[in-house]
Amino acid sequence: MNKLKALLRNDRIAVAVFLAPALFFFALYMIAPIPISAYYSLFRWSGIGEKVFIGLGNWAELVKDPIFWLSFQNNLKLVVVSIGTQLPMALLLAVFLSARTTKLAGFFKTIYFIPLLTSSVAIGVMWRYIYDTNFGLVNVLLRNLGLFSWIQDWLGDPKLALYSVMVAINWRFIPFYMILFLAAIVAIPEELFEAAMIDGARGIQVFRHITLPQLRPTIINAAVLSLVGALKFFDIVFAMTNGGPAHASELMATYMYKRSFTDFRMGYGSTVAVAIFLIAMVISTVFLNSTRRRTARS
Amino acid sequence: MRILQNTIKYFLAVVWLLVTGYPFVFIFQSSMKGMMEYFTTSVWALPQKFHFANYLQIIQAGFLKYFLNSVIVSLVAVFLVVLTSSMAAYAISRIRFRFSKAIYGLFLAGMMIPMHVTLIPVYTMTRRLGLYDSLSGLVGPYVAFSLPISIFILVGFIQDIPLELEEAAVMDGANRYQIYGLVVLPVIKPALSTVMIYNMVMLWNEFVYALVLLSSPSKWVLTLGLWNFRGEYGIDIPLVMAGLVLSVLPLIIAYVFLHEQIIKGMTAGSVKG
Repeated sequence: MNKLKALLRNDRIAVAVFLAPALFFFALYMIAPIPISAYYSLFRWSGIGEKVFIGLGNWAELVKDPIFWLSFQNNLKLVVVSIGTQLPMALLLAVFLSARTTKLAGFFKTIYFIPLLTSSVAIGVMWRYIYDTNFGLVNVLLRNLGLFSWIQDWLGDPKLALYSVMVAINWRFIPFYMILFLAAIVAIPEELFEAAMIDGARGIQVFRHITLPQLRPTIINAAVLSLVGALKFFDIVFAMTNGGPAHASELMATYMYKRSFTDFRMGYGSTVAVAIFLIAMVISTVFLNSTRRRTARS
Repeated sequence: MRILQNTIKYFLAVVWLLVTGYPFVFIFQSSMKGMMEYFTTSVWALPQKFHFANYLQIIQAGFLKYFLNSVIVSLVAVFLVVLTSSMAAYAISRIRFRFSKAIYGLFLAGMMIPMHVTLIPVYTMTRRLGLYDSLSGLVGPYVAFSLPISIFILVGFIQDIPLELEEAAVMDGANRYQIYGLVVLPVIKPALSTVMIYNMVMLWNEFVYALVLLSSPSKWVLTLGLWNFRGEYGIDIPLVMAGLVLSVLPLIIAYVFLHEQIIKGMTAGSVKG
């Protein structure tokens, strides 16, 4: 017993040795940059030359910057569409794959999973060709089906661009939530299903009264991940439209990148970056608290 | 009724199968076409003859170099992640110290931090350290961004190991470093392989840091090479498609052999607390 205590005993040197390497990388590349970004946001600065202190000038500009608020709205749309379409689709697929009567479930799962392994750049490039006005899969398919009036300039039309990109984003992320739900469904005790079957529940009823309530924590988790992911989303949009046309599919992160690394306004770019950080923190805290309270009540 | 239900179910399942799978068929068969052939024949048609010329041109354009760079960066970063995260996870779950909960919480909070808030400071810091436009410059941010999820997976795993194992080692006179290396590490091998697979996939596909921290073509990783290649040869669609195929292929090949492990790894990585 004493030996066990010795094992767990506070040992400062050992703690330092074990934690130092991870803390070094983490503090240097993840924690320190946050206050540094906040500091940069007080300057006019091209990234190389002299920094000019302008106080809250960048922040005053941000508040009145219509493109930033447009991109913020686009992020909110992405949040709603991500949670509202990815999760239900993923759940449907997971239920299909987990059903004992499903034939070839392993085969379906193996293929359904593949988009998750594809890099965002590859997805972006691939989907540009899929959406190509003349030679893209989508329009060619519509033409072959005789649906000529449905043919669109998917990425070039400001009214459609954001939603077209969202389809590609969904394509990538549905498999992610699918395997998450699948793992959770498989973990539900078999007896619960058996008991429900004995009570005469079938299909949809089993889903509503057993599967869905059991999955509640997983669904909340998935919603949080989806929310946070959508607020800081960048790469597929960058690779597909770069926020265009005319900022129609601009997100906060693509806007931040442009201001910083295309226009070389690093001070203002830092301001946008800190704003993304604050917005993501506030919204996810509010969301987490509200789900936690509701869970506590039920 | 049953039959109708089943028909609808499998019909939808096959539709989704095509939605996820056909884009890959599309890029693969298009990558074999000639440039004019792509514009003049149906997108559904197989290539008239298989042009491997596109692949040759891609490889001559430097794709092997990008591939090699990707391999080096992700292997080095994943190795460091496994080492540092397992050490940290061991301290957090097995040594009682004052700020253990707070430090764990800090690491977990890292999962919520948008990487864009770090982008400019990491860029300026990398320049100042003289690591700009070098593969080693990518390693730091890659390790930092992989740590939260890795530590989370490993702490969960280490906490489930019965203490008796370590107790027995103490009886035999082992010190804490020997316990970590000779008792804990071997026991958590399955979790380490999860961490390895998850981070390998993530880092292999990473793009933003590569975009910001690299500039000369000889340093590009695969994602950045593909991106620039598209910009340069955008008109020759089959050629870019060949680049796409080569960039997607390594993970798909790994997946063919290890799909069980990869699916498991990606699931474990997604079950965040």
